[in-house]
Amino acid sequence: MDAVLLQILNGLDKGSAYALIALGLTLIFGTLGVVNFAHGALFMIGAFCAVVVQKTLTLSKVVLSETEKTPWGTPKEIHTYYVQEWFGDFGLVLQDYSVPVAILLALPVMLLAGIAMERGLIKHFYKRPHADQILVTFGLAIVLQEIVKALFGANPIPQPAPQALQGALDVGTMIGFDPGVIVYPYWRFIYFVFAAAVVSAVFAFLQYTTFGMVVRAGMADRETVGLLGINIDKRFTAMFGFAAVVTGLAGVMYAPILSPDYHMGMDFLVLCFVVVVVGGMGSLPGAVAAGFLLGVLQSFAAMNEVKAILPGIDQIIIYLVAVVILLTRPRGLMGRKGVMED
Amino acid sequence: MSEFTINRRGLLKTSAIVGAGLAMPTIFTSAARAYTNEPKGGTVTLGFNVPQTGAYADEGADELRAYQLAVKHLNGEGDGGMLNTFSSKVLKGNGILGKKVAYVTGDTQTKSDAARASAQSMIQKDGAVMITGGSSSGVAIAVQGLCQEAGVIFMAGLTHSNDTTGKDKKANGFRHFFNAYMSGAALAPVLKANYGSDRKAYHLTADYTWGWTQEESIAAATEGLGWETVAKVRTPLGAGDFSQYLTPVLNSGADVLILNHYGRDMVNSLTQAVQFGMRDKMVNGKKLEIVVPLYSRLMAQGAGKNVKGIFGSTNWHWSLQDEGSKAFVKSFGQEYGFPPSQAAHTCYVQTLLYADACERAGTFNPCGVVKALEGFEFDGMGNGPTLYRAEDHQCFKDVLVVKGKENPESQFDLLEVVDVTPAAQVTYPPDHPMFAGGNLGTCSAGA
Repeated sequence: MDAVLLQILNGLDKGSAYALIALGLTLIFGTLGVVNFAHGALFMIGAFCAVVVQKTLTLSKVVLSETEKTPWGTPKEIHTYYVQEWFGDFGLVLQDYSVPVAILLALPVMLLAGIAMERGLIKHFYKRPHADQILVTFGLAIVLQEIVKALFGANPIPQPAPQALQGALDVGTMIGFDPGVIVYPYWRFIYFVFAAAVVSAVFAFLQYTTFGMVVRAGMADRETVGLLGINIDKRFTAMFGFAAVVTGLAGVMYAPILSPDYHMGMDFLVLCFVVVVVGGMGSLPGAVAAGFLLGVLQSFAAMNEVKAILPGIDQIIIYLVAVVILLTRPRGLMGRKGVMED
Repeated sequence: MSEFTINRRGLLKTSAIVGAGLAMPTIFTSAARAYTNEPKGGTVTLGFNVPQTGAYADEGADELRAYQLAVKHLNGEGDGGMLNTFSSKVLKGNGILGKKVAYVTGDTQTKSDAARASAQSMIQKDGAVMITGGSSSGVAIAVQGLCQEAGVIFMAGLTHSNDTTGKDKKANGFRHFFNAYMSGAALAPVLKANYGSDRKAYHLTADYTWGWTQEESIAAATEGLGWETVAKVRTPLGAGDFSQYLTPVLNSGADVLILNHYGRDMVNSLTQAVQFGMRDKMVNGKKLEIVVPLYSRLMAQGAGKNVKGIFGSTNWHWSLQDEGSKAFVKSFGQEYGFPPSQAAHTCYVQTLLYADACERAGTFNPCGVVKALEGFEFDGMGNGPTLYRAEDHQCFKDVLVVKGKENPESQFDLLEVVDVTPAAQVTYPPDHPMFAGGNLGTCSAGA
């Protein structure tokens, strides 16, 4: 039982990441009808916002030692952090909190990245077949990841969570289990809560604001909304930016869980497309529900007891679920009629 | 009825034509091309096939730096590095066999097919007479097979799977790096001294040739101490988030977690294990311990302070104080501003060993080089006296047991050497079951 509870917890943060990326993907597909294969790259750019902030906060003044030498005979370098020199202890606190601080950078960067991507490239492909959109966005993803690799190298760059938020909570003892059998890192709890807050904010925005209402109307019938004199294109461009922000925030906050590297977007992209398809193309609640469902199922499939009966199931579980759902419900769990059916 | 007659002139002409015809195959094959890519001009080309992208790209970059340094030293530039400490004294800094050393590079992408394609291109297009590099056993084994078929020498870079010089060994392939069996043999006494002989181990293993042989080797070595193996769980290469594989450890009853992971996988699995509180957990009345059987300084940098106090093994470390290691660290440090990794060391040494073998053989012909390397004993390249065993082309030398340093003095000072296991303690018979099967075969000169 403790193992089952642990895997449910485990699936939550994975599911949170899937849900946030899939939500962004669905926002773009639902509003603009674009199959965006560069979406994983937005997740990666978000995570690298954390890297940039960390690197900036750890910039240091270098002085060559007059007495000490390196093992290869050159004068030893003495590093002093600029933030520490300028702000004292507060500078060190800033360094420690580099991941949450990175959210402040990620918000404008992701909004601009999303708008630039839509205005600069994707708008030219609205009327082209989905195959063309996939090719061009996939190409864009490769270009973006190569730029990141050229700038930051290919190895993962660790982004520790703030010191106070490291460590794990012994959930088991709180519900009557032995100490130490169900523990869960604080940061993963924070990620789950953060994801839930972002998802709620997106739904509230679409549900309760005039802007959101117009966008939803546009998603249902773009032409009619346009005939009412509303510039729906501008709103949709903004939605692309918002979708990029949602995905970028998913990336920033995921950095302490998985050290960012240039390939992380591609690693998540395929999984998230499966999530979107299982949830139903164009369905926002479907994307979120499928994200959590597949995250938890993936965790269960990795249990030794399950793998003993079905070896290798952890590798194929989400694709297996996708096949079963698409065979039984071709539109996915909550898919809308007509989407991708023309 | 016709009558067959032949005069003296006709006989001579016919003999000449038949003679030329019979000589044709040798004119266009063996005499003209005695072996694949025989260097004709004033240069000899070596092929450096390293991961420039993918999970091991940092190691690949360091390997490339070491290769470039080796080429410099072979061509008589720089301070000569280990040429000054190498026990063999035939290399004079005038290239190899009087030919200036040139090189081409390729990107293995840590994928066997890409590595083979890039090695093939270097052999066929660039005329490389030796291929070296790699940072994955899967890649090394694939490229070693290709070099055997093509008739060039393969001087393996970083490859730790038993299979490279076990069931997949090839006459044209040579490995300076140590292997998984040696890691187990070196680590076991240290683990016993620190953690006792009553332990329960849980293995998480990268699901490919290197992970399998390392898991087998470490499990055998720890079971030999009296440890019980609770579970052996395979994880996909590049899984990223290992939480679903790590959490079952918490209620498995295991008190040691062995991470048979390398590179990015090890950085992620170790970091996440620490996040799940595994380093503070008590199981069976003992502190839960983590072991990383194969360490590298680059990996330790990625995992940061999570490596503190964790034992593992390594082929070489820049803090060694023998003359060879000091000479190499000095050369490399002055050139690049930081110390070399173990991957850089093994690649540098392999290049010098190849050049030395050509000089001693007096030829670039792979069969001559194979003969010169088989049973070759040398010193002055770090790790003490070393033997290139003829039976399987594996080097036997001292193995280092290291521990994540508690108080590092710099970003490079992350591991401390806690034990130098003598070569005799890690040597095994060529027909050891973990290395059984396969056939070294005979050297191939291609062409």
